[in-house]
Amino acid sequence: MSPGTVVVGYVPGPRGQAALLHGIEECRRRGARLVVVNTSRGDALVDERFLQGAELRSLEDELVVSGVEAELRRPMRGRDVAEELADVVEETSAELLVIGLRRRSAVGKLLMGSAAQRILLDVPCPILAVKAPPR
Amino acid sequence: MNALGELADGFATALTPQNLLFALIGVLLGTAVGVLPGIGPAMTVALLLPVTYVLEPTSAFIMFAGIYYGGMYGGSTTSILLNTPGESSSIMTALEGNKMAKAGRGSAALATAALGSFVAGTIATLLLALLAPTVVDLAIGITAADYFAICVLAFVAVATVLGASPLRGLASLGIGLYLGLVGTDVLTGQERFTVGVPQLSDGIDVVVVAVGLFAVGECLYVASRLRRGPVQVMGTSGPWFTKEDLSRSWRPWLRGTAFGFPLGAMPAGGAEIPTFLSYATERKLTKHPEQFGKGAIEGVAGPEAANNAAAAGVLVPLLTLGIPTSATAAIILAAFQGYGIQTGPTLLTTESSLVWTLIASLLIGNFMLLVINLPLVGIWVKLLRIPRPYLYAGILMFASLGSYAVNADPLDLVLLLVIGLLGFFMRRYGWPVAPAVIGLILGPIAETNLRRALAISGGDLSVLVDSWVSRIVLLLAVIALVGPIVLRLVRGPRATPEEVQEAGTLQRPVPAGRDRGDDERQEDR
Repeated sequence: MSPGTVVVGYVPGPRGQAALLHGIEECRRRGARLVVVNTSRGDALVDERFLQGAELRSLEDELVVSGVEAELRRPMRGRDVAEELADVVEETSAELLVIGLRRRSAVGKLLMGSAAQRILLDVPCPILAVKAPPR
Repeated sequence: MNALGELADGFATALTPQNLLFALIGVLLGTAVGVLPGIGPAMTVALLLPVTYVLEPTSAFIMFAGIYYGGMYGGSTTSILLNTPGESSSIMTALEGNKMAKAGRGSAALATAALGSFVAGTIATLLLALLAPTVVDLAIGITAADYFAICVLAFVAVATVLGASPLRGLASLGIGLYLGLVGTDVLTGQERFTVGVPQLSDGIDVVVVAVGLFAVGECLYVASRLRRGPVQVMGTSGPWFTKEDLSRSWRPWLRGTAFGFPLGAMPAGGAEIPTFLSYATERKLTKHPEQFGKGAIEGVAGPEAANNAAAAGVLVPLLTLGIPTSATAAIILAAFQGYGIQTGPTLLTTESSLVWTLIASLLIGNFMLLVINLPLVGIWVKLLRIPRPYLYAGILMFASLGSYAVNADPLDLVLLLVIGLLGFFMRRYGWPVAPAVIGLILGPIAETNLRRALAISGGDLSVLVDSWVSRIVLLLAVIALVGPIVLRLVRGPRATPEEVQEAGTLQRPVPAGRDRGDDERQEDR
């Protein structure tokens, strides 16, 4: 059987970094392939969560250095994170999805909704949710 | 020093808490729309025209003036940090400014832009205050025929000198003039182009046309484009504005002002040409030619000063002659008309306190802009994270609300949509919108003066070239009409700022999210 796949939902910042580290670790443990997804709806002029320039290059370097077989996908089709991740998980028949969580206030979640919650509900495979290491 | 005394009175009025508040609202809104590409001060003032029904004139004009100046500041932020000029007048800023930001000198670039805008805006506004009474003295004696000639010059210059194609400019002007004709003729009471619709006998409201062309047209255009990815924002890190930066910046600031003010005051108006000239001059005069194209501070300081000085220059013909030479000025003129204020050479005498308060509030607003721009850049950049659907949905809502509020007539909404579609096709095929707006607002004024002149002369057309003022002005208009065509034949198509920009390895000047994205990613790889 071909090696499985671990998908990581990546955003710049400590939580994305934590998700990436755990994802790489899981890949090593399972001997799996790593697919890193960094997506944007692309409907705003500026999206800080979409990697560009130096940040993009340093992520690519990090993937090379990690030693696992890795692939970076940057879909931008006007759909939100949960949909894109669910798609990638389905397409690669991933065995695990790793996402980074952050603290959200109740009001913030009420107003903006929670991407993490959407992902937990929409994505069919097991999900590992990690937090940024406390400072 | 009568002017300074009047200006002091103006300050007294402008410094009341209420007027300060409106100035603050104006500069905040202006900066916000300046930062957002595709949305400019003209669209914003058009969207806010309905507030003239409730606000008193002084407050409304203070706010509009704040928006006008604020747009110039805001544009530089986007140019420098994103390489996507928010306004056409900040294209030149993007050339060097973004290179500086890429080299980690972003905060110095922003500082020289903000300080340069402040210096130029202040000097140019003071020049406006000193010059306005003199121009009025000269203008007070002109006849209706002379006035018509000046209108013709403004039409021709705005249509042919700006933009890439004189023909498109003239066609756009024609659309504006036509829309201005709809309604009942004031002198004879005949209905023109009303196609039997009774609501049209009052004419199409300026709010509906301006909002339709700017706001609805832009929304449809943005919606019609393919979705493009976000662009990269440069950090504002790096060393703060240093002494060396200052010593390299102050001369370009002053030279930029010297270009911007007179060119802004001319009928061809607008800030594109002076910023272009300022950039070229700084490039020639610099002691650091090797830095040009790699982030030379002079290349930011000069054009930024020029575009603010031009913004003040545009107010000279507007306040002294009632001639608008940019789209925003045209809409401000429409606001004057909405209040029933007679524009033209008499404005300074009949509404002297309003005009001087306006000028004083420009100086105050300029200072506010310096204060809110230097430390708050981060907040302005956050505005760019607003998803386009929300932004444009909001604009459409305001557009419809404003148009409906004019007469509370559903027909206005239909007109808004039709004119919005027109605006969309004008954008789609590269027709400039500004000449249409200027034609719409200045057209009826020109017509009135033409017919007044002809009525006095008993229909004798020679009255139009009777005085030396009309002869010279009409000659200039002919030159403005024929000049670009001759130049094109002699030297080939002229280099527009856009082309210079492309040569300077900058991406397209059109607002981001439209044509950007793919090339950016290739560059990153």
